[in-house]
Amino acid sequence: MTVLSWTFVMVGLSFTLYIGIAIWSRASSTSEFYVAGAGVSPLANGMATAADWMSAASFISMAGIISFGGYDGSVYLMGWTGGYVLLALLLAPYLRRFGAYTVPDFVGDRYYSQAARIVAVVCAIFVSFTYVAGQMQGVGIVFSRFLEVPINVGVLIGMGIVFFYAVLGGMKGITYTQVAQYCVLIFAYLVPAIFLSLLITGNAIPQLGFGGVDQASGTFLLDNLNDLHRDLGFAAYTSGTKSTIDIFFITAALMVGTAGLPHVIIRFYTVPKVKDARISVGFALVFIALLYTAAPAVAVFARTNLLNTVSEQPYSEMPEWFSTWESTGLISFDDHNGDGLIQYVGPEARDASGAPIENELSINRDIIVLANPEIANLPNWVIGLVAAGGLAAALSTAAGLLLVISAAVSHDLLKRSFMPEITERGELIAARVSAGLAVVVAGYFGINPPGFVAEVVAFAFGLAAASFFPAIIMGIFSKRMNREGAVLGMITGITFTAAYIVYFKFIDPSANTAEYWWFGVSPEGIGTVGMILNFAVATSVSYFTPPPPPHIPDLVERIRVPKGAGEAHEVSA
Amino acid sequence: MTNPSDYSSPRADPPAGSNEGYWRKNLTYLGILLSIWFAVSYGAGILFVEQLNSFHLPGTGFPLGFWFAQQGSIYVFVALIFVYVYLMNRLDREYGVDEGAE
Repeated sequence: MTVLSWTFVMVGLSFTLYIGIAIWSRASSTSEFYVAGAGVSPLANGMATAADWMSAASFISMAGIISFGGYDGSVYLMGWTGGYVLLALLLAPYLRRFGAYTVPDFVGDRYYSQAARIVAVVCAIFVSFTYVAGQMQGVGIVFSRFLEVPINVGVLIGMGIVFFYAVLGGMKGITYTQVAQYCVLIFAYLVPAIFLSLLITGNAIPQLGFGGVDQASGTFLLDNLNDLHRDLGFAAYTSGTKSTIDIFFITAALMVGTAGLPHVIIRFYTVPKVKDARISVGFALVFIALLYTAAPAVAVFARTNLLNTVSEQPYSEMPEWFSTWESTGLISFDDHNGDGLIQYVGPEARDASGAPIENELSINRDIIVLANPEIANLPNWVIGLVAAGGLAAALSTAAGLLLVISAAVSHDLLKRSFMPEITERGELIAARVSAGLAVVVAGYFGINPPGFVAEVVAFAFGLAAASFFPAIIMGIFSKRMNREGAVLGMITGITFTAAYIVYFKFIDPSANTAEYWWFGVSPEGIGTVGMILNFAVATSVSYFTPPPPPHIPDLVERIRVPKGAGEAHEVSA
Repeated sequence: MTNPSDYSSPRADPPAGSNEGYWRKNLTYLGILLSIWFAVSYGAGILFVEQLNSFHLPGTGFPLGFWFAQQGSIYVFVALIFVYVYLMNRLDREYGVDEGAE
């Protein structure tokens, strides 16, 4: 069978599965719609969280980013996994004990303030839309490259599928679909990784393989790659180029941002008990780590393969995949010196006389995962599987985000703020309508990408780190923290972080270099500073303003112990 | 403000104050586990990565600092969560605040 028919089979089968699950698990109450009736087993919740979390960026782009950045790529590996330790130890069990439906629910009730609730709702909606636009774009890209349909048609098909199970099933439908999507995406990621590892190192476990010996040269693969990098004028693969302080701050912003992302946090409202919340974070991280520890291995295999295939080779003798991907614009070759050979070199490359060598090849980082099976000559069904996996990653994340947006509108804005008398049935209809509208808006941004999707991802993490994380932590670990401190802290954190990112990304992008950054911290890492400011402002303001009313310390006292978490429900404060 | 009778709610179960020991032990666990969390990622993976890179993980081609940044820290993160789950389940039983097995 050809690649195209295998792709249709794989994608078709997986979509049929998702639709079947959606029909089987419809939501019939607001509790089922928002938190799946808090009846999800910790293991299933762990898988669903992993699929929810691992987006098109994790599946398609991350190995590529690491492959081109070497050690610098570690910020994503540590940042996007270390946040789960914070979730398990500092957030999930207490939020589960509190037993609300959404993150703004907790912020609004703990700080006895509509203003705090509204600030939280605005952040939740902004962060989620930023993210979801990227997912829809990912769906469009996979469709257009593997199934040869236009990007717009791809986005519309993706929207249709998500609409079906998110609107119908709410959190309940999403959860069980995500379990299936996790299985599809991890299988699709690991199969090529294992093939590659066997081919290059003879070791079937990629996580061990990339520390092993390259079968072709007989030396350690990483030493081999460092030598190649040095010869071609790139920074050593295992050292990277970013400054230590920047690596530190970016990692911290990603970790804290992960722990503060609303679509991740709400997953832990869906399990029956506090101890289920704790252990399901553990399961989630195991499932995530399977992909995240394989990604750096894939990155090394792909980098070695790529350099060996293209460097100083005649352009006319490039394999078939080269021209396939050239036609999509993801690879481009420009023979500056007219020698017919491909010079793929780094900024430090010099020829024998010491003159700089010009780089002639530009490669999009997404190619590392998408074209890997072709580069390594893997069977056609593996290529189809990768397409289905990319779609599973994008759709599962999109659905989780859409649910946050829908709950923010129907629950936080209508039920808890502007229409408290709305009936259960009315709220459920509002939730479905807003989920439907959110799908349409997300699809619009997927077809007409605002052009700054990549830039605003820094926003999503920065804002989550500078707003939610400190507010929730202080709400649990301090009985004295009051409304004034929390609100001013959140506003300070958001304003500072947003201003710094907007300045360097949009107002004066030419100044976006280490020499102009404050203390050498890039916009990607500034959320860490925003978080510290939030803590500092909140603590000092609360010191000079009245303590919270007496029921708040009691509330804090209760969420600190697990007994009687019960089912998720309204908290009447 | 710690008198539970001021506040009646279906969820106001164990009287406030009796759980101070529980909370203090929880904070101790958090302190220890988060120190390890910091040491393997920010310590071994970032601040001391260059010093550690002069060693290799025995028998492999991994420079030690690089390995911590791209593999080791993640394995330790997973272990930390399961250790915390074990410690807290034990603590819950010790203080009679676990939610039972129903």
